[in-house]
This record gives sequence, structure tokens and C-alpha cells, in this order.
Amino acid sequence: MVPDNHLFFIDPNRCIGCQACVHACSECDTHKGHSMIHLEYVDRPHSVQTIPVVCMHCNSPTCAEVCPADAIKRTGDGVVQSARKPRCIACNNCVLACPFGVPKMNVGFELMMKCDMCYDRTSSGLKPMCATVCPSGALAFGTVEQFEHERPRSEPLNRFRFGQQEVTTRVRMMVPRGGQVEHLDVTSLMDDSTPSHCIPTDALVATLYRDEDES
Amino acid sequence: MAAEAPDTPELLGRFGPLRAYPTGPRLDTATIPERLVKTHCCFCGQQCGIQLKVKSDEVVGFEPWAEFPFNKGMLCPKGIRRYLQGSHHDRLTSALARDQSLPEGFREIPYDEAIGRVAAEIRRIQSEYGNNAFAVLGGASMTTEKCYLLGKFARACLKTRHVDYNGRLCMVSAGVANKKAFGVDRAGNAMSDVPLAEVVWISGANVAECAPITTSYVWQARENGARIINVDPRITPLARTADLALPVKPGRDAALFNGILHLMIENDWLDHEFIKEHTLGFEAAAEAVRDYTPRRTAEITGVAEKAIRQAAEWWGTAKTSFLMHARGLEQHSHGVNNCLASINIVLASGRIGRPGCGYATITGQGNGQGGREHGQKTDQLPGGRDIENPEHRQFIADFWGMPEAELPHAGVDCYELFRKIDSGEIRGLLSWSINPVVSLPDSTFVKRMLEKLEFFACTDFFLSETARFADVVLPGSLHEEDEGTVCSTEGRVIKINQAIPSPGEARQDWRILQDIARGLGRERGFTFTKPAEIFEELRNASRGGVVDYSGITYEKIERQMGVFWPCPDTDADSQPINHPGTPRLFEPGSWNSIAKGAGPFFFPDGKARFHPIRYAPPTEDVDADYPVILTTGRVVSMFLSGNQTRRIGPLVDQYPEPLLELHPTLARAHGIADRDWVTVESRRGRLTVRCQVVTTIRPDVVFVPYHWAGGKSVNLATISAQDPMSKIPEYKVCAVRIRKADAPPEYADRLESQQ
Repeated sequence: MVPDNHLFFIDPNRCIGCQACVHACSECDTHKGHSMIHLEYVDRPHSVQTIPVVCMHCNSPTCAEVCPADAIKRTGDGVVQSARKPRCIACNNCVLACPFGVPKMNVGFELMMKCDMCYDRTSSGLKPMCATVCPSGALAFGTVEQFEHERPRSEPLNRFRFGQQEVTTRVRMMVPRGGQVEHLDVTSLMDDSTPSHCIPTDALVATLYRDEDES
Repeated sequence: MAAEAPDTPELLGRFGPLRAYPTGPRLDTATIPERLVKTHCCFCGQQCGIQLKVKSDEVVGFEPWAEFPFNKGMLCPKGIRRYLQGSHHDRLTSALARDQSLPEGFREIPYDEAIGRVAAEIRRIQSEYGNNAFAVLGGASMTTEKCYLLGKFARACLKTRHVDYNGRLCMVSAGVANKKAFGVDRAGNAMSDVPLAEVVWISGANVAECAPITTSYVWQARENGARIINVDPRITPLARTADLALPVKPGRDAALFNGILHLMIENDWLDHEFIKEHTLGFEAAAEAVRDYTPRRTAEITGVAEKAIRQAAEWWGTAKTSFLMHARGLEQHSHGVNNCLASINIVLASGRIGRPGCGYATITGQGNGQGGREHGQKTDQLPGGRDIENPEHRQFIADFWGMPEAELPHAGVDCYELFRKIDSGEIRGLLSWSINPVVSLPDSTFVKRMLEKLEFFACTDFFLSETARFADVVLPGSLHEEDEGTVCSTEGRVIKINQAIPSPGEARQDWRILQDIARGLGRERGFTFTKPAEIFEELRNASRGGVVDYSGITYEKIERQMGVFWPCPDTDADSQPINHPGTPRLFEPGSWNSIAKGAGPFFFPDGKARFHPIRYAPPTEDVDADYPVILTTGRVVSMFLSGNQTRRIGPLVDQYPEPLLELHPTLARAHGIADRDWVTVESRRGRLTVRCQVVTTIRPDVVFVPYHWAGGKSVNLATISAQDPMSKIPEYKVCAVRIRKADAPPEYADRLESQQ
């Protein structure tokens, strides 16, 4: 079990784009050759800023909720596991539904693969591989007390709002301390006038549940 | 006569560079390693602790070493993937002889035959042309044991004065400056002092890409309230979050530091007591910066006046600070002066030798520090001694059991060595751990010189671009195949542990050296059976020198997680002591073997020296014909000449090819779009590479990383101008012109991406 007070912290401002996390994750025993973390350049023509994309290990994981095959499990210590065979049918629901864009479909394996917070390491007292190797501290693992002490200029957040959906995560995102936001609203910059071609996540979830109830 | 073995499919097929990816047990999730070997990375000077997973005499993966205090488990992509250089298709497992009749250019020969041939050629050339006609080049990616033995081999066995090493290309400016200012060439502080600093000043160091772990030290300082000042013509990942980014025009750093000192004096941001008690030469240095007003400084450096004033204020008024620099400051024809100008502002502040008060150059190569301590430099003897100092010469000659008159005097630096091949003074060359065809400026000249040699023997574990010119190639060992010590950028001596044996006929470099000595019939002094014995000798040879290792043992290193030198085994009264090592130099009241208590710095009077520095422009400034500044540097997933990292698939995937960085203003003026092929040309040569149009570089500068060979090598264009004191080449600035390429380069047509 991963201790409750051991949390994963991601500070995108510290990312230096070195890809140590990508390489180390790819070397991990359970999924060798496949990295569960990747980096995005935000706008290379104008900035060297990069951002790591890790599973946020949501308390109510959207990926698990939309999975028709119940292939994604969340353990009691709050870690959302990767999809399992034989249940995963590679339908891509989770890939589309995750508000953070985390799950990736491995077409060759017909299996969604995503970060499981290095469950084999974190459940035996080690840190996740990416958080161990990250040379700039953009990915880090430890207790809240440790981070309050070591990172006085940053504050961990774990509540996100996507449209109607509020997501609470086990992973903490660091933002500058003293900032005004209580939660990050990614839709605040969206253009409301453009009709959305996607079914909103909460409506999709409601549809699935409704169908289950009726069967 | 060594002619370059050409790029035939057979040569490339046999010797690569081909990319290795994890396969077999390295990819199998069921692989359980037999053991974990604690060691350090084979790449940069950070010398991160790492554990290698070993199964069936192969390194199959890595595991972080969380307890090693410098990096605490942190790593960068190179360290994580380094193991893929083992069991590599391209690995040299036997000696080779150049054979022009074969399409692959080389044939395998028995190791003993190769040694015999090397010895015979050494004997022939030395008897025909004199001892100095045979030269030795070493490198700083070898353990200190090997570096020491190489220096001893050149002096005591070959009795040639011509030995130098690849650190000539990187660390010597900082080395000369540090010796002139402090009397000792080592980082003043361990990185653990960085988080305690109120101001961290970084000049010419792409910390995030070249010393990634140091990034977390700098950012911990920021978490503790520090301000970060970064001086670089580019916005690098660390510069992106700097409190003040000063985009200095390449070559103008000395003027910037002079401007800062000018403002410190004007505002009396000076530690008068420190200057009076512990330094000499302040008046002359102050006089030299009288004209470096903020306006004038801004004009010369291309940095906004208000930024200069802000930097000076933050630096001037801080209570603690750390100044660090790297090749961006040092690889100039006045690199030494640049460093001395930076040291001036450190000394003027008095903030050195105390917690949170520090200064350091960031050493680049794994053993760049150790490799410049015990004698493979042309002017150096073990213990950091001076080959021209009569007392030092006598001590080492006695130690090696040879008459002092037979100990050669100083030779010439690495680049001048090639000029002496041109003049015919040097006819034969033996090289280790160096790839000058890629790493030296003006590669056209370097290649011509290698072809001019009568005999060239190269030791390497892959057929590097330089080894292609060899008459004989000797199969050396990988880092993980040997044991020994390395000194990290901090001055921490650490232990490399062997994980696997060498394959085939390849063997540890120190064995090859000894075999050559035996082949020459000059075996005395070269009969070690293991690295611990070499270390025992070198530790004794260093006793009494500035770089004193006499109190260091393998066991102490392992127990203390590294030992910072000086670490003598006797005290001032020659009584034996158990010295813990010296993490922080220059502490007030500290004793060192030169000052003997007169003061904390390594001069007889114990005082540090200011130096009056006048700004001088780079050797080749821009003009109407060549109006753009070319600067060169590195990327995070490649290392040095790429001989190793270009053979590691995942690292190549991260940066498959060099990209020329240029600003949109410059791109627009030449009709160049992002990812176009661009030809960059200097008076020496030209290359065509793809470009990246970014606003994160000065509009008057283009940047190309240097890790690639052949048509992608930016050293086709660089200038071989050298600093007169350190002899470092001026990699950081020369004049070029750019244009959108008429056609893709020849190498772009090849089906397989040849690195």
C-alpha cells in the first residue's frame, strides 16, 4: 500500500525538458520499452517551456467510470491502475474521456497503457521512477510536510474543473503560493460561441449510468 | 601514413555508428538481475551515483542510487541509457590494423601483434627523429588511475614532452584563472552551498542541459528566496525562469563583469575588510574598470543598461551568493580573462569560503577535474605539480626512480600538437579517450594532420571518427568494465566500480598501456595488477602537492560517499592524521600546504589575487562578409563528440540531428522558414543542417550543437584561435554567413540515417 501521506507533486514550472522521466519510465520493469509519461513543448518557437503529462490519479477516475469492460481499477490507496487484460477491449473510451489526456492506446497490444504511479515501487517504500530521476524536481514524491518545508514558494492544488465536472486528484499540481485561484478552470479560456462536437464528459457518464440502470 | 577509412557500407555495417535499443533480457520484464553494482555515471562531471543491474555478465538496466548525496537518485537521460553502450554491435572486441585492400578498411589482428607493432613504431620513430617525435593524447573520461598512468607513461616510458589531453578544449581557462586568482584549480565549494545563497549568478552555463542535477540546487536556492541571474545569449531551460536573464553578446563577458565591478565600486558594495585582509591587486582592478560605465558596458555587451544595474544591485547587496560558470565564459580567446573578471566581482564581495558563499566552474567531463590533476596535461605532474618547477620535477623524478634530467619538460597543448604534426616535428601519435576529428575546431585541418602522421595508434571501444585514421586500433574498456576513482565537478573523489568484464580481446586501458611499455622493454614502473595499486602509487605521488590525495583510500571514499581533496595523511607537523577531506576551500583560518596558515588561499601569503582586465573583442568578429555570430554548444541527450551517445538509440531519437537555432528576425531576412535546410559558412568551412526558428536566441547569433560528425559537424566552421594563456579554442564565437540551402546536403540522401 502506498502510504496515504505520500503524494506525487508535479511542478510544470520546473520542467527542463530533459526527458529523464520518459527514459526512466521506459526502463521500468513492468512495461519495458514503453514510457507512461511524455513531455509537451508548449510553444517552442517562443519558449523552451515543457510540461510533463502524468496520470493524475483522480479520486473518481473518469477513465474507470467510462470503461465498459471494468478494466481500470483504483486501489484502496488511491492509485488508479492501468487497464488490464483480458478485460480491456481497446475501445478508446478512456483515451477520449480523460480530461488530462493521459491514457494512450497501444494498438499492437490492444491495450490502454497509462501511468500507475509505479505501483510496484510505491507500494514497497520506493518513489515512482520519474519522481526519483527528475533532475529539476518537476516531478517529486513525498509528504505534504516535506514539500511545505522544501517548497515554500509553491502550493499544491488537487482540484480541477472541466466544464461541469470537478475532478479531485491524488497527484498535486504546484502553483505559485499566494495565487488567487482555488481551482483551475480550463474552460475559462475556451470560446463558448463555437459549438462543441464532443459530448460533454458528464453527459456521457450520465448516459452510461442510465443505460446500466435500465438493463 | 594513416589515410581515413572511407564510409563504405561494409565499414558502417561492421563498425557503425548503429543505434542500440533495449532487446532480449534488457527488454524482458521477467529479467531479474543477479546483482546491483553501485557506481557513477560515465558521462558528465556531475558524476551522479547510479546502480547498474547485471545479469550474465551484461548490464541489463539501471536502478537509482538514492543514498548518494550529490544527486540523491536523480539522473538525466544519458545516465539512464548509458548501459546500452555495452554488448553493442559496434563494440571493438579485437585489435584492428588499417587495411586499404578491404572494403571495411580494417582487419582484425591478434592483440599481441598489435602491441608489438605499436612498440616497434614507437621505437622506430623515436630512434629516427628523437623522443619528442612521438606524442600522446589522453582524455578526461578515464579514471584518475588511467590519467595518472598515461602521464607517467609519456614522461617515464616514452620520455616525450608531448602529452596533452581533451580537457584542453574545455577546462583549462577556468584552471589557469583559478590558479592565478586562488592558487588552486578546483571548485571553491560543493554544490550544497548553492541553496544557501541569496543570489546565484550563472554565466555561460546551460545548466539544465549540461549539468541537469545542478538545476535542482539552483532552484532550491530560489525556493529559499534566492534571485537567479543568468548570463547567456540564449534562453535555456534554466534561463527561462531566471529572475534576470542577461543575453550577452558572445565574447563580451569580460566587459559585463567589469561593468558590474564598476557599479560595485561606485555604490560601495564592497567588503573592504576582506579585500584588505585576504586579497592583493584591488586598486589595479578598480582602475581598469573606471571606464566601464553602465552605458559603455551596455553598448559593448548588448545587454540593457537597466538589467546591468539591477544585476549589480542584487549581486552587490547580497549577504550570500554563488557564482558559477562553464564553457560559455571560458571557450574564448580571452577565456582566462573572462574568468578572472568574474572572480574579481566575487572577491570584491568577500563572499567566498563560507556557507552559502561560493564560486565554481562547472566541470563538463566525468573526470574533467581528476583528469587535470595528476599529469596528463602537458605542463603538469602528479599532485597538481608544475613540470617546470625544479623542486616539483625532483620530487616526481625521485618518486618514479629516474634522473631528473631525463624527465621531459613541458610540451605543447593539444591543438599546437597538431600544428607540430604539420611542421614534421611530431611523426607518431598514441591516443586514448579523445575524438579530435569531431571535437577540435577546423576539422579539415585536423584530418589532414592525422593523415600526415607516419604512425597513429588509437585506443577506443568504438571505431570513432578519429580511429578511422589509425594504423592500429587498440580495443579499450568501457567505464563499467573497470574500477578506479574519479573527481567530480565539486572536487569530490568518488569510486567507480566494475560491473562486467571486457568482451573478447578488449581490455582495461591501463593494461594496454602496460603491455606497450613491456613491448618497449621499459616495463619498470608499469607492472600494476589492479587499479587499487595504481591508486596507491598516485596517492603517494600526490603527497605534498596542492592536489593532495595522500589521505584518500578506496575504503574512505566508500565510507564517506566521496572525499574532497586536499586530503593529506599528515598534518603540518608531519604527524599522521585521518583527514576527512575539504568540501569547502578558502575558509577563513584554514590551513593549506602552500600558505601554511598565512591565509586561506593557496599562495605563500595566503591572499587571493584581483586581476585588472581589459575587454578585448573575439579573434574573429563579424564583418560585412560574415555578419552573423556562430556559437556552439550541447544538447541534453548527447555527450561530447557523440562517439557513445550517437550509438544509443533512445538518445538519438531525442535529438536525431543538429538543428541551427536562429531568431525569426534573422530568418526572415534570409527567407528561411522553420526546419528549412540552412548552409552556415565561415572562412574555414561550411555545413548544411536543418534549422529551428525560435525567439530564444539573440537575433545576431546562431547556435549549432557539436555532437555530430561528417557533414553535420559544426567544427567544420569553427575557428582554432586559442587563448594565449590556457590554449583553449574559441568555440563560442566566430563569424559566419547563413543562407537558405540550395539543396539538401549530401548526407540527407542516404537511406539510413548515418550519425
